[in-house]
Amino acid sequence: MPQDLSYLKQTASQTAGPYVHIGLAPDRAGFDIFQNNFGHVLTKPETKGERIIIEGLVIDGTGTPMRDALVELWQANAAGKYNHPNDTQNKPIDPTFRGWGRSPCDFETGVYRFETIKPGAVMGRNGRVMAPHVSLWIVARGINIGLQTRAYFADEAQANAQDPVLNLIEQDKRRQTLIAPRSERDGVPLYRFDIVFQGDNETVFFDV
Amino acid sequence: MSELYQWDRAIQPPAFTPDYKTSVLRSPKAALLSLQNSFSEITGPVFNHNEIGALDNDLIRNYAHTGEPIGERIIVHGRVLDENGRPVPRTLIEFWQANAGGRYRHKKDTYLAPIDPNFGGCGRCLSDDNGYYFFRTIKPGPYPWRNYVNSWRPAHIHFSIFGSGFSQRLITQMYFEGDPLIKLCPIVKTIPDPDAVERLIAPLDLNASVPLDTLAYKFDIVLRGSRSTLFENRLEGN
Repeated sequence: MPQDLSYLKQTASQTAGPYVHIGLAPDRAGFDIFQNNFGHVLTKPETKGERIIIEGLVIDGTGTPMRDALVELWQANAAGKYNHPNDTQNKPIDPTFRGWGRSPCDFETGVYRFETIKPGAVMGRNGRVMAPHVSLWIVARGINIGLQTRAYFADEAQANAQDPVLNLIEQDKRRQTLIAPRSERDGVPLYRFDIVFQGDNETVFFDV
Repeated sequence: MSELYQWDRAIQPPAFTPDYKTSVLRSPKAALLSLQNSFSEITGPVFNHNEIGALDNDLIRNYAHTGEPIGERIIVHGRVLDENGRPVPRTLIEFWQANAGGRYRHKKDTYLAPIDPNFGGCGRCLSDDNGYYFFRTIKPGPYPWRNYVNSWRPAHIHFSIFGSGFSQRLITQMYFEGDPLIKLCPIVKTIPDPDAVERLIAPLDLNASVPLDTLAYKFDIVLRGSRSTLFENRLEGN
């Protein structure tokens, strides 16, 4: 027998279930318990960068919004730097910006929403710059293991065309599922990003 | 930290598991796109002690209004480690559960078991420098759910763990040693590896219990590890 590699085994994922709000957003479950709740607003007044809203639906295989899903967002700051020691780029951290938020879908409309800033471009692998993007993680009843995807910004057409991740997607039609169109609401830029599980416009999810 | 080891698909449940019926319409049909890690995956949010309240890890007291909740008093404790056996320090762990009767404090739960006025059913903590965590609660009850007509969830506690990188993010469920409902549960059976199911079952830990007061269960969690060899692909530079 060769030596034992002695790695530990990963803990298996299990669905977040229909009552995920109790643990991750108790105010949405219908009660008040923690002094400090984690929410969908990523910015503070001093945070640097262009204020934007990212919102959309999470849509099941029948085209119906999944009103009990929960979405988390992770992104770099306006300079393209993540607020984490593993980001070794020589760029400034914005101490007022953690870069993470959590939004349950609305029980009536199904909409998730983040109030954040537009991230800067981050250096990717092998010296290829990644276009500005946010990472999204989706959990819900019926999802056995959290799904990860990225939202890119439609007004960054040139950067998107060079993005090393978007360019891994073979079909242009599928690539478009990761690019959020820009509009405006009450003077604030709004990016619409629907997350579609099945069908013609199925979102590209990553094994990452 | 550098690139993460990949998700172990022999352990992790696939998205499409028809015996757990809700997964049928909530699973991607196309294959996931395999990505090598960049900064976007190996970084993640950092949380601080000042964001966590003093009672957040005590479910016996954090929603007590007129007295203490009904049920078996238990401590759940363990460590968050990665596949290399390294502790995952200062990571946010959140947990939620039904009350002793199997009822959730949630506006969408209509099970006939009563709400416990003194039990919220959620808590959170940060692991310490050694990856250790603990909290106090009451043992949740099993409850019926609409999968097959007579499907019952084994008693369980939901866990959410962050790790260091966003792609280590994990949600799972802890079960209790000796529960006969575990092996019948369609959600448990989404996991392809029976040994991986066993690792979700917390054993009774009499040593950690408080005599004449509270029983204890031990639950260790293993997140994806990361590679740290001398010869590695560069995440940046040219």
